[in-house]
Amino acid sequence: MIGLSHYLIVSAIIFSIGLVGVLRRRNLLMLFFATEVMLNAVNIAFAAISHYYNDLTGQMFAFFIIAIAASEVAVGLGILIVLFKKHGSLDLDDLASMRG
Amino acid sequence: MYEIVAFYLFSALTIGLFLVTVMSKNILYAMTSLAAAMVLISGFFFMLGADFLGVVQLIVYVGAIMALYSFAMMFFDATRDIKEKNTSNALVFLLGGLSALVLVLMFAAPIMSDNLNTANMLINGMSYSEFIDGNISKYAQYALDNGIQASVEGIGNAQSVGVILFTKYLVPFEVAAVMLLVAMIAGIILAGKKMDNSLTKDASIDDEILVVKDEK
Amino acid sequence: MENLVYIALFAPFVSSLFAALFGMTERKIWIGVVASMLLATSLVASITLAYTVYTTGNAIHVTMMDWINAGDLNIPFGFVVDQVSVTMMTVVTLVSTVVHIYAIGYMDHDKSFNRFFSYLSAFVFSMMILVMSDNFAGLFIGWEGVGVCSWLLIGFWYHKPDVSKEENPSVSPSWAANEAFIMNRIADLGMLVGIFVIYWNTGSLQYDEVFAQLPYLSESVLTIAAITLFIGAMGKSAQFPLHTWLTDAMEGPTPVSALIHAATMVTAGVFLVIRANPLFAAVPDVSFFIASLGTFVAFYAASMALVERDLKRIIAYSTLSQLGYMFAAAGLGAYWIALFHLAAHAFFKALLFLGAGNVMHAMHDELDIFKMGDLRKKMKGTWIYMTLASVALAGLPPLAGFWSKDAIIETAFNEHTYFLWIMLVITAGMTAFYSFRQIFLTFHGEDRHTALGFHPHEMYTFVLVAMSPLAVLATITGWFMKEYEAFITKLLPQYEMSEHTHHLASYLGLIVIFFALSGIAIAYLKYARTGDKAWKRDEKIESSFLYKLLKNQYFVPKFYEEFITKPYMMASEVFWTKVDLKIVDATVDNIAKFFYTSGDKTRSMQTGNLSNYLNWMAVGGVMLLVIAAISAMIG
Repeated sequence: MIGLSHYLIVSAIIFSIGLVGVLRRRNLLMLFFATEVMLNAVNIAFAAISHYYNDLTGQMFAFFIIAIAASEVAVGLGILIVLFKKHGSLDLDDLASMRG
Repeated sequence: MYEIVAFYLFSALTIGLFLVTVMSKNILYAMTSLAAAMVLISGFFFMLGADFLGVVQLIVYVGAIMALYSFAMMFFDATRDIKEKNTSNALVFLLGGLSALVLVLMFAAPIMSDNLNTANMLINGMSYSEFIDGNISKYAQYALDNGIQASVEGIGNAQSVGVILFTKYLVPFEVAAVMLLVAMIAGIILAGKKMDNSLTKDASIDDEILVVKDEK
Repeated sequence: MENLVYIALFAPFVSSLFAALFGMTERKIWIGVVASMLLATSLVASITLAYTVYTTGNAIHVTMMDWINAGDLNIPFGFVVDQVSVTMMTVVTLVSTVVHIYAIGYMDHDKSFNRFFSYLSAFVFSMMILVMSDNFAGLFIGWEGVGVCSWLLIGFWYHKPDVSKEENPSVSPSWAANEAFIMNRIADLGMLVGIFVIYWNTGSLQYDEVFAQLPYLSESVLTIAAITLFIGAMGKSAQFPLHTWLTDAMEGPTPVSALIHAATMVTAGVFLVIRANPLFAAVPDVSFFIASLGTFVAFYAASMALVERDLKRIIAYSTLSQLGYMFAAAGLGAYWIALFHLAAHAFFKALLFLGAGNVMHAMHDELDIFKMGDLRKKMKGTWIYMTLASVALAGLPPLAGFWSKDAIIETAFNEHTYFLWIMLVITAGMTAFYSFRQIFLTFHGEDRHTALGFHPHEMYTFVLVAMSPLAVLATITGWFMKEYEAFITKLLPQYEMSEHTHHLASYLGLIVIFFALSGIAIAYLKYARTGDKAWKRDEKIESSFLYKLLKNQYFVPKFYEEFITKPYMMASEVFWTKVDLKIVDATVDNIAKFFYTSGDKTRSMQTGNLSNYLNWMAVGGVMLLVIAAISAMIG
C-alpha cells in the first residue's frame, strides 16, 4: 500500500538531490538543471497531496509552477546567452563583480 | 500490486537519473537524464490520477523546456566536459544529506505514528483504511464544499481541472498567461540578433567599463 | 442663537490664526486693529447671549460634534451658555477687547507686535473653551490652553538674559514662564486625577450627568474628587503654596498681566469651584478648608504687598489677595458672591494693571515706585483711572469693590466663622493701605523721578479712551448687585443672610469702610505729603526682621529653591550621570556596537561569488528545517 508519506519521501529525496546540485555545480546551465529538479520534486509533493486529500488545489499549484518554470527557462536562457557572449564562460566563479 | 511495483520502479529510476543530472560532468548526459527523469515524473502524476497534469508535464517540460535547453546548448560548447572546481564537497553533501534526512524524518513520522495508531485501531476493531478515511475525510469535505474535489464519479480529471481553472483560478490563470507572454518577449529580446551590444548602455560606455576593469 | 455661540467662541481663534499668518513679519499696526475688531465681535456676541439668557432664563446648549467616542467614553464637543458661563464670557471678552486695543498702543515699538496679538487671541480662545465647555474634558483642554498661552506670553521677551535673584526676584521672563508652567503642571496633575476619579465613579464627564449622580457617591469619593479638583484650582489661581509664579509672571508685557494674570486666567480656579459647586457643597469640610485657605492667602498676600516696591508686583499681590477673597466666598457656599467679586475684580484690576502699564511706558520700563512720585501732573488720565481702580479695590462705596467685598465679609460673619471675618476685615484695611501707598508714591508726594533723569509723558489718547469702559464698569458694577443676584441664582444656589446678619449688615459695612478709610489715611500721612514731612526711606524699618520677612515673601521662594529645586537638580545630576549614561545609554550603545561588529565580522561572507551565497542560503534553509523538525518533535 503506497501512502502519501511514500510520495512525500520520494519528493524530499529528489529535492535534496536538487539542493546538492545547486550547491555543488558552478556551471550556470547545470544550476538551471538542478533548479528544475527541485521544482519537479515539489510538483510531485503537490500532486500527491492533491490526490490523497481529494483536493484539486494542489494540482493547480503544480500547473502554475510549471508555467513559472517555463518562463524562468525562457528568460534565464536568454540571460545565459548574453552572459556567455560577454564573458565566454558560464562559470559562477568568474562572476564576482558583486564582491562586498 | 502494480501500483507498488510502479512506484518503487519510478522512484528508483527518477532518483538515479536525477543523480546523474547533478553529478555528470558532461552537459549532454545531464540534460538527457533530466529529460528522461521528467518523463518518469509524469508517470507519478498518472499514478496519482492527475492525468492532465501528467500530460502537461510531458508537453511542457519534456517537449518545450528540454527542447529549449537543447537549442540553447547550441550556443555553448556542449560536447566538452565542464571543468569545475568543487572545493567544498563535504559541506555540500553534509547540507544535502542533512536536509534529506530531516525531510524524510518529518514525512516518515506520520507513517510511524500511523503504525502506532494502527495498533490502537486493531484494538478498537477499526481497519487502517477506515482510519485514514476518517483522518482525511474532513479535508475531502472541505474540497467538496468548495467544489474542488479531485475525483468525482463520471467526470474525468481533465474536465474537473478545466472547470476549476476557468472558474476559481481564472485570474491567476490569466496572470500566468501574461507572465508567459512577458517571458517570451524577454527571451526573444535577450537572445535576439543585436546581442553583441549592451541592452542598456552605449557600446562606448561599455568599453570604458571594460577598460577600467582591465586596468585593475 | 447657535451661530452666536460659535461666533463668540471662534472669533478669537480666527484672530489668532490671522495674526499668526504674519507672526514672523515686521510689525503691522492694522493687524492689532483687525484682532481687536474680531475680539469686539466676540464681545458683542457674548453680550447678546448674556441678554438672551437674562431675558429667557434658559441655558443655551450646543453640541458641535462628537469628539471622543471610545468604548463607554463618550465626550461630545459641546458648549453650554448658562448664567455662569455667560458671565465669564462677557467679562473675558470685555477685558480682552480693551486689552487688545490697549496693546496696540503699548506694544507699538515691539518688533514682535504681530506674534503678540496671535498669542493674546489664542489665549482668549482657550479661555472661552474653558468657560463654555459643558464637560470636564473640554474644561481641561481650555485649562491647558490658557496654561500654554500664559507660558508663551510671560516669556514673550524671552531674549532678556537671566540675572541673579537679588537683582530681580523673577530672574528673567523665560525663567518666570517656566516657573509658571511647571507650577501649573503640578497642580494640573491633581486636576487630572480629579477628572479620572469623577469618570471612574460616574462614567461620564458631562457636568449635568456628573452632578446628577453626586448623591449616589460615597463620601470618600466626593472628598477625593473635591480635593484633587481644588489642587488644580490652586495652581491656576495661585493659591498657597503654589502662589509664587503669579508675582514672577509680571515679567510678561503689562497687557498680559492685565488680561491673564489679573482679570481672567487666574480666576479659572475660582470658576472651577463655582462650576462644580454641587460637588463642593457636598463636602463641607473641604469647602471650609477652601475658605480658610482663601482667607489665609488674602491676608498673606496683602502683607507682602505692604513692603513691595515694584508697581506691578504690588498689583500682583493684590490679585492674589482678592483671589483669596473669592475662594473664601466660594468655600463658604456663597458661590454667586464669589462670581460677582470675580467680575468686579476683573474690571478694576485690569484697569489698575493697564494704568501701571501706562506708568511703565512713561517711565521707560522703570517699575520702582520709590523712584517715581508726583506723576499726577504729567499723567492726569492715568492718575484718575488708577485712583478710581484703587478706590474700588480698597472697597469704598459706591465703587464695585465695596459691594462684592462687603458681601464676602458679611458671608464670613454670617457663617459664624468670626476668625475668618476678622482676618478678612483686617486684610481689607491692608488692601486699602497698600493700594494707596502705591498711588501716593507714584502720583503724589515729592518729585523723585526728575532727578533720576526720567521725563514721563502721558499715554496715547486712544489708549486712555479704550480704558474708559473698564473705568465705568469698575464704578457701576456694584449698583446692579441685586439684579445680578436674581439673574445668577437661577443656576447657582441662593445664599441667604440670616436675620441676625441682616440686622447688622450696615454696621458690618461701616466696619469695613472704617478699616479701608484708616488704611488710606495712614498711607496718606506717610507717603503723600510734601515738603518737610515728605516721605523718606527709613533704614531702621527696612532692616527690621518683619520687613525683611515680608520683603522676601516669607522666604517661601528661597525655601523652594533650597529644598525642592536644588535637591531635584542634584537628583537629576545623579540620574543623568549614573542611570542615564551608565545604564540606558550604555545599553543602547552596546546593542548598536553588537550589530556593528557582527556586521563587520560577517562582511567577509560577501565574496561576490554566487556559489558561496547559495551555500549560505542553503545553510540557513537547513537550519530552519532542523528547527522546524525539532519544534515539531517537541510540540
